[in-house]
Amino acid sequence: MKTYDVVIIGAGVVGAAIGRELSQYKLNIAILEKDQEHGFGVSKSNSGIIHPGTQNPPNSLKGRLCVQGNVLIRKISHELGVDFKETGELIVAFSREEIPRLLGLKKEAEQLGVPWLSIVDKTWLRKNEPNLSKEAVAALYAPTAGIISPYRLVYDLCENAVRNGVEIHTANPVKNILKTDRYFEINMPNDTFRSRYVINSAGLFADEISRMVGVNNFQITPRKGEEFILDKKREHITNHLLFPLPQKDTKGVLVIKTADGNPMIGPTAEDINDKNDLSTSDNGLAKVLTAAKKMIPSISESDIIAYFAGLRPVAGEDFIIRHEDKAAGFINVAGIQSPGLTAAPAIALLVRGLLGENGLTLKRKLLFHKHRKEITHLFSIPFSITQKLVKKDPSYGDIVCRCEMISHKEIRDAISRGAKTLDGIKFRTRAQAGRCHGSFCTTRLMKILAQERKLPLTRVTKRGAGSEIVKKDRLDD
Amino acid sequence: MTERDLVIVGGGPAGIAAAIAAHENGVRDILLLERDQYLGGILNQCIHTGFGLGYFKENLTGPEYAGRFIEKLHSLKGIEISLSSFVVNLTSDKTLTYLKPGMLSTIRAKVLIMATGCREKTREMVHIAGDRPAGVFSAGLAQKLINIEGLLPGNEVVIVGSGDIGLIMARRFLLEGAEVKAVIEIQKESRGLIRNVVQCVKDFGIPLYFRHKIAKIRGKDRVEGVDIVKVDDALNEIPGSGSKISCDTILMSVGLIPENELVEMAGVKDVNKIFGREACRAIFKVAKLWKIEN
Ligand SMILES: Cc1cc2nc3c(=O)[nH]c(=O)nc-3n(C[C@H](O)[C@H](O)[C@H](O)COP(=O)(O)OP(=O)(O)OC[C@H]3O[C@@H](n4cnc5c(N)ncnc54)[C@H](O)[C@@H]3O)c2cc1C
Ligand SMILES: Cc1cc2nc3c(=O)[nH]c(=O)nc-3n(C[C@H](O)[C@H](O)[C@H](O)COP(=O)(O)OP(=O)(O)OC[C@H]3O[C@@H](n4cnc5c(N)ncnc54)[C@H](O)[C@@H]3O)c2cc1C
Repeated sequence: MKTYDVVIIGAGVVGAAIGRELSQYKLNIAILEKDQEHGFGVSKSNSGIIHPGTQNPPNSLKGRLCVQGNVLIRKISHELGVDFKETGELIVAFSREEIPRLLGLKKEAEQLGVPWLSIVDKTWLRKNEPNLSKEAVAALYAPTAGIISPYRLVYDLCENAVRNGVEIHTANPVKNILKTDRYFEINMPNDTFRSRYVINSAGLFADEISRMVGVNNFQITPRKGEEFILDKKREHITNHLLFPLPQKDTKGVLVIKTADGNPMIGPTAEDINDKNDLSTSDNGLAKVLTAAKKMIPSISESDIIAYFAGLRPVAGEDFIIRHEDKAAGFINVAGIQSPGLTAAPAIALLVRGLLGENGLTLKRKLLFHKHRKEITHLFSIPFSITQKLVKKDPSYGDIVCRCEMISHKEIRDAISRGAKTLDGIKFRTRAQAGRCHGSFCTTRLMKILAQERKLPLTRVTKRGAGSEIVKKDRLDD
Repeated sequence: MTERDLVIVGGGPAGIAAAIAAHENGVRDILLLERDQYLGGILNQCIHTGFGLGYFKENLTGPEYAGRFIEKLHSLKGIEISLSSFVVNLTSDKTLTYLKPGMLSTIRAKVLIMATGCREKTREMVHIAGDRPAGVFSAGLAQKLINIEGLLPGNEVVIVGSGDIGLIMARRFLLEGAEVKAVIEIQKESRGLIRNVVQCVKDFGIPLYFRHKIAKIRGKDRVEGVDIVKVDDALNEIPGSGSKISCDTILMSVGLIPENELVEMAGVKDVNKIFGREACRAIFKVAKLWKIEN
């Protein structure tokens, strides 16, 4: 039986950040992921905001980790070459009566240690956010807010962790866990691993994993958020992230800038029962449009080019991050709702601390590869560099995705970096993410994937078994 | 930087026609850029007949029809055809940058003809709610999968919109042994040619639902079905009129939009301005030469 020091369940941003953090130490580590690819859970369907720490209760764990994460993410994205951008955010008040609430938010955030907050007035807003509704009277300005590509962050963390010796086993759902004297025995359909420590970062399913070791003290309720992506032509519709004043369970509907350039509006917030329900609704669209237009009146329904829903794994008000004494060696990292993307690097440090406190010896490796070879995206480099690349490798000149200008070389690189599905290619390269949504490149991508992975075309999937693209190949007749 | 008398972007029927017509009018320095590995554009996947009835007085398939013009094109001197050549940038002074396996080139065109064709609207553009599983295709992608790649996308099909491509694909799926469960059209009548409505849908007994729309797509991994609902003349949903159809495949046939990103990139608001006087004359000829019959 394969034996590890630490097994991490779930390869979302949290599991990936923990894996990478621990990969600096002399440990045997495996990350187990039920999906065909890592990062296909909550971590791929969110707003991509690196929050400054505002809109959190002053004494909350999530607030503290968010503020810390906002700092740490800069270092990580620099090391890994992830596209973090500091855009700043504005929480906008639309009437004089709302201004005291802005001041309240400012005070709470300052208690948490959010730096450089200020209240800006109408004149400032006119000048710096010209498309903002004329009804806006003031805003709380948090300059440290930023944006990142959430899925590229997960991929980069995972790849760097692997580079430093961590194993990632995708398509390996944990079915049950047995506690023996010294070890946990973790059972998957086709394998059993043994580990001294288990970290449960299974997102929406963390409650089920926790129950497997007899710890049944929280429950995860999915809170759905629908988001709508706008055409890149509207990229400069805002200069900052725009928030309304927060409501009870949510930060409200935002106007978001994304790492890919497209603005986004959303999310909604609706408690549901089904952890697999990622559907969007006409109702959600109507709600988001109305709210977004209140901030930026010129947004119109015809700007929308794509949409999705994500589920926040909610377990009460705050994150649950603790060592479970009832199952010594088992650490729950659950209820990681927003701002979990931001907090992930800080969560990783906290978990490292918990492991140390509970008997794990942490010895640094002599050699830790903290940097990562940068990935080439033709769309983000000047033609002069493209020209050199094409000369070196002709397949950089072979464009597969017309809308986003992605070459054959980039697709093959994505596959060799781990993409096993069409969505895996999409989230790594943006191929199929443009205006035509893959009408043009799907056939080509299928053929490249089939060839590189030695699959029949009928087994090429969108995101794993069950999502095959075609039903029959005439060659098989 | 090299300069060419005439550069044509796009080697579909329009681009080929423009090249031939320009040549007939005495232009001898022509560069035709096509991003695909072959000429003919969309016609390559239109393996149904109906092409050439007027021009050749023959009933040809798309590839046959295109083939005749491609042959003619190859016989003319002074036309350089560059395949696998993807134009990625265009500036207002008609400087083009294109990528080709192994090279990136920049050239200037004295006269430029943009014949980049069109693309299909997607599910996302008409904002259909519900799940986002595999099995939702634009009709043209399904056409390419079946006719060019020999792959059958699915067995039980619902077609959204009654554009010609969707109608033609209804018949195509039937011929491949799949079941076409419905064509759903929000308008009162078909957007497509009457001939296609009759020969591709009605003759096969496929139900055509007018004044209906898809309320929701269902299916976690692969399409499992659609919820449809009746709409009134203002296209508002009629409460209580919903029903469900199970299917594993959805084809979107809801219209085409021009591929004019390059022209927009060059800052052109009024697309006509990009054509030089000479080219306009050529285009005029094009219109006469090329009347796609189907
Ligand atoms: C709409 C929306 C917007 C958001 N916006 C932001 C934002 O702007 N900024 C921000 O900071 N945060 C945001 N969040 C929150 C953020 O997305 C999450 O906190 C974060 O992604 C959680 O990461 P995770 O790794 O815990 O979960 P996941 O990414 O879901 O990872 C858990 C993984 O565990 C796997 N798994 C589950 N069960 C098993 C099993 N039995 N065996 C093996 N593997 C298993 C899953 O497949 C999954 O890959 C948003 C969330 C939503 C829904
Ligand atoms: C799926 C589909 C099915 C159709 N079926 C029919 C039918 O059955 N009958 C009918 O009459 N009409 C049909 N049409 C309409 C069809 O578009 C026209 O009849 C005809 O193909 C138009 O010719 P075109 O040359 O303008 O465009 P296209 O045939 O689309 O040719 C445009 C060419 O430009 C190339 N190109 C585009 N951008 C670039 C670039 N940046 N760099 C280099 N090259 C570029 C493309 O690769 C393509 O080869 C169909 C359209 C579609 C989308």
